[in-house]
Amino acid sequence: MSFTAELLISAALVVSGIFGFVGSYGLVKLKNTLQRLHAPTKATTLGVGGVLIASMIFFYIETGHISVHELLISLFLFLTAPITANFIAKAYLARNVRPKDLPSSDGEYGWSVYDDPPEAGSDR
Amino acid sequence: MIEYALLFAAGCYGIALLLDLWRIAVGPDDADRILALDTMVINVIALLVLYGVWRGTAIYFEAAMLIAMVGFVSTVAYCRFLLRGDIIE
Repeated sequence: MSFTAELLISAALVVSGIFGFVGSYGLVKLKNTLQRLHAPTKATTLGVGGVLIASMIFFYIETGHISVHELLISLFLFLTAPITANFIAKAYLARNVRPKDLPSSDGEYGWSVYDDPPEAGSDR
Repeated sequence: MIEYALLFAAGCYGIALLLDLWRIAVGPDDADRILALDTMVINVIALLVLYGVWRGTAIYFEAAMLIAMVGFVSTVAYCRFLLRGDIIE
């Protein structure tokens, strides 16, 4: 394996390790729950992306084929990380924040965490 | 050189798993614990891929894929249980 390829893979691995560590360190260090939501959902997902890039380069150089599994995993993780973050934020809001403490939603109905949207919409 | 980088990344993710475990133990709210579990799932995926690169075999990607899917579904199920008191209404 050429030196350039080794350097590329090692750099991707080290950067992704630092990202993963920073994500979990933020999970411990930040002060309240909604702040803590940011560190793992962004930094750790990026870290896993780095690991998958490194393994794609590694297996391409080892076998000569591009393996699609890593792409599938990273695509799946990058799609689902915002959804889980949204769900966790909704669960936190529904249990810890009362609707009257929030600013008004400036719409016809309240925040969707607390109220169901009206049935009248034509696109349902 | 790759061996040292692999060792460094695996060490980082190992310490990250311990930090997540601490947040699960003390986390003041249930949302914190769900978040820490979700982070643990992502870290374990990274560790599996690292092990696959270390052994030079691609067979661990299937396991990583399955863990990614099950982790997502379990996080959504936990949050839905907190939100509605029920998972399948």
